[in-house]
Amino acid sequence: MSDATYMIDGYELVCGLEVHVELATATKLFSASANRFGDDPNVHIDPVTLGLPGALPVLNRRAVELAMRIGLALNCSVQPCTFHRKNYFYPDMPKAYQISQYDQPLNIDGWLELPGGKRIGIERAHLEEDTGKSTHIGGTGGRIHGSDHSLIDFNRAGVPLVEIVGRPDIATPDEARQYVTELRQILVAIGASDAKMEEGSMRCDANVSVRKPGDPLGTRCEIKNVNSVRSLGRAIEYEARRQIALIESGEKVRQETRHWDENDGRTHTLRSKEDADDYRYFLEPDLVPLVPDASWIDQVRAALPLLPRERRTRLSAATGAPADGEAIMVVVERGQDDYILAVGEAGADVARALVHVKEAFAEQGATPQVPAADLARLITLETSGKLTATQAKTVLAEIVAAGGGDAEAIAAAKGFEAMDTSELEAMVDAAIAGNADAWAKYCGGEEKAMGALVGAIMKSSKGKADGKAVTALLQSKRGS
Amino acid sequence: MSMSTTTGSDDTAYQIAADVRAGRRRAVDVLDAHLANVSAREADVHAFNTVTADQARRTAEAVDAAVAAGRDPGPLAGVPIALKDNMCTRGVPTTCSSRMLEGWKPPYDATVVTRLAAAGAVFVGKTNLDEFAMGSSTENSAFGPTLNPHDVTRVSGGSSGGSAAAVAAHFAAASLGSDTGGSIRQPAALCGVVGVKPTYGTVSRYGLVAFASSLDQIGPFTLDVRDAALLLETISGHDPLDSTSIPQPPLQLLGELDRGVKGLRIGRITDLPEGSEPEVEQRLAEAFDALAAAGATIVDVELPSLKYGLTAYYLIAPAEASSNLARYDGVRYGMRVDAADTNAMYMATRSAGFGDEVKRRIMLGTYALSAGYYDAYYGKALKVRRLISDDFARAYERADVILTPTSPIVAFPVGSKADDPLSMYLCDVFTIPTNLAGHPAMSVPFRTGAHGLPVGVQVLAPTLGEPVMFRVAAELERGAR
Repeated sequence: MSDATYMIDGYELVCGLEVHVELATATKLFSASANRFGDDPNVHIDPVTLGLPGALPVLNRRAVELAMRIGLALNCSVQPCTFHRKNYFYPDMPKAYQISQYDQPLNIDGWLELPGGKRIGIERAHLEEDTGKSTHIGGTGGRIHGSDHSLIDFNRAGVPLVEIVGRPDIATPDEARQYVTELRQILVAIGASDAKMEEGSMRCDANVSVRKPGDPLGTRCEIKNVNSVRSLGRAIEYEARRQIALIESGEKVRQETRHWDENDGRTHTLRSKEDADDYRYFLEPDLVPLVPDASWIDQVRAALPLLPRERRTRLSAATGAPADGEAIMVVVERGQDDYILAVGEAGADVARALVHVKEAFAEQGATPQVPAADLARLITLETSGKLTATQAKTVLAEIVAAGGGDAEAIAAAKGFEAMDTSELEAMVDAAIAGNADAWAKYCGGEEKAMGALVGAIMKSSKGKADGKAVTALLQSKRGS
Repeated sequence: MSMSTTTGSDDTAYQIAADVRAGRRRAVDVLDAHLANVSAREADVHAFNTVTADQARRTAEAVDAAVAAGRDPGPLAGVPIALKDNMCTRGVPTTCSSRMLEGWKPPYDATVVTRLAAAGAVFVGKTNLDEFAMGSSTENSAFGPTLNPHDVTRVSGGSSGGSAAAVAAHFAAASLGSDTGGSIRQPAALCGVVGVKPTYGTVSRYGLVAFASSLDQIGPFTLDVRDAALLLETISGHDPLDSTSIPQPPLQLLGELDRGVKGLRIGRITDLPEGSEPEVEQRLAEAFDALAAAGATIVDVELPSLKYGLTAYYLIAPAEASSNLARYDGVRYGMRVDAADTNAMYMATRSAGFGDEVKRRIMLGTYALSAGYYDAYYGKALKVRRLISDDFARAYERADVILTPTSPIVAFPVGSKADDPLSMYLCDVFTIPTNLAGHPAMSVPFRTGAHGLPVGVQVLAPTLGEPVMFRVAAELERGAR
């Protein structure tokens, strides 16, 4: 949950995230070369990708469509837009300029709603091309400076990216983590990107500043090289504390770009504002304005699937569990909510299905192997009292391991059968008689002592006793 | 029917193609006649960076074999054509007359090359130019200037001087050039041939090494107006590889040539920039008279912002060039001068690889786009560009085409302007505005001027006004005789 009163040493955190995602297109943004990760270096290249003299870009319609999906899923306005050149020299940038969008981006003015309901503004989500990938050999820290030589792989050059620029509405490291997690789920749900931070198909830069409540915005630093959701929270918190320490010691925060080092858990100066390139943006003369017409936008909007937030609400309505509770968050992230609803449709208690899927289907992905009907049968046995919760868990483990199975047959093979109440009561009485000490302590108000009694009953019933029923019996015999 | 063996090399492309297609003449004989001219005069003229004689012979043989087998090689069957050396040709060096690209062989063909080849053309070589098409005399070529076939002490014009000279000297029956601010029309005028800059977006730029992308356009050099129409019909039409290519079929022009100019309104600019040679002004007056005599009406038009065209051009073109030429960094292809680190390598490579004019324009353009200067320079130039388009739009309400000189002066002596960039820039004062507006314009030889050297008259037309432009050009050609 977001915490409106989050403070570090009396300072507020102000954070905005810039997220780059690689689009899941078949080909590159401006050429027909494949957009594929993990192949041999420099196999997905062509005159456009290499920026050969005379080559010209041709915009990939599919990339525009995926970028529009992102904009619409983030509640943005999709608008007529243009492309600009961002000029700077770097060996892995073949044309020495990046084709990007500048003052007229495709998507503007949207928001992303965190699971708890807080909205983080989206300033823009624009299209641009990726660079090649450099590997610097020799020297220190994999940097170009001081290296012996560099290798460049242009497979990534020209891969379509969408840069999603969030407004500085994030007030805690946890909100930043939630934002990225939610954004990732949206991107995957709409098929725009596989959004893997570890593989670099989703990259996150954080703009961080601090201020005393009521003060104007402080000087911000941009943190790069954050490669996981966990690091993001750590990097933001470290950076905020670094800035606070500077201010407290009477120094000023310098506007600069800083590099997060996963190993020492610190940020380090990459370049200061004074060293920043003058990108000399100007309208890309090799492309024409992109004007998505209303019917195309409507088509893309209509084809959007349910977004994670809507899916959580739907599952919450079906199960009664809270939409931002752990169980629903987890199964929707895994994409297993459709499956849970199918188990419900097969006649089983859907709330119970939520619990079982959350606990036992962590490795199963969005389309579990276990037929929904099989899980439904198991749950029906459990809720009708024919299997205890413990027995149900054991049977489910077998079903999951086998990728399906008849719960009744498995239960029978294991000798599981529901105990009638008199049989259970006899066992409870025997346990009380055999553990007088524990019973006395339990009756004296020592709740922990119940464990010994339950353990004894489970042992004598060979696990067939229903834990809940045992507890209830013990409580009623104690008189509370 | 007898197979001719004594072929003339001064025939038009139209005539050559008609003869080759009909089996009256062999493509290899046509080629040999032109290559004989190359052998005789290329040492004096220096039109080519590369002559592709062997490849041309193989193509010509294939054309002849097709005809013998009863197949039609296409509308340019056996026509020897030269290409400006800034158009990519697969496996054939494409240098832009720069040390930076010396020896670089593109792995692909420009769209115009593909289209000409499909029409049966025979490529004789790659022609000289001002380095990266920046200049008006080809004196900025890293490989030495191209000289004017009419007087080899004088320049051929530029930047497409090699392509203009190749046609004037009958090294090729036709050629292609590129025109960013007059680079086809001005050398056409100076060399006494026809040169066309089509409407921006009519001919694909795919494979044309960019100078200033929003201004560059490919067009033909030919011996007459009919050939220019034939070439343009072949190379124009939509190309999905060029996003700025207009989505429309190829131009239809040959049918326009004999329609005459009766009833057409020919615009005369009342506030035309001054400074032309008197003979040039006289030829323009005669051109108006010839069109009037043929039934056209002469109307006065005003283009008040024309005088700012040169200034705007020298901000916009260098700005785009500074970005387009940034890719020549020594990393992937072309020249590399090694140095201690990457930035030093960039500087050493670009210092050694580019000539003075290219460096001058890269610096101008970088400055014009810089933070703090953009609005005062590049931004203002874009506004002037709009004003010029608006002026033209008003003028074309009154006139169907506009006539101006192509160049204020005839071919000038080699070296006479080389150290004075501003006087060189003024050569393009009449040609630049059409590039800024994206309009078509062409230069038609119209008699001679000082020293008996060729004079060109320029016909300007509105966007996609090529049909009416060619009607008028054909009439001028008739009137010039």
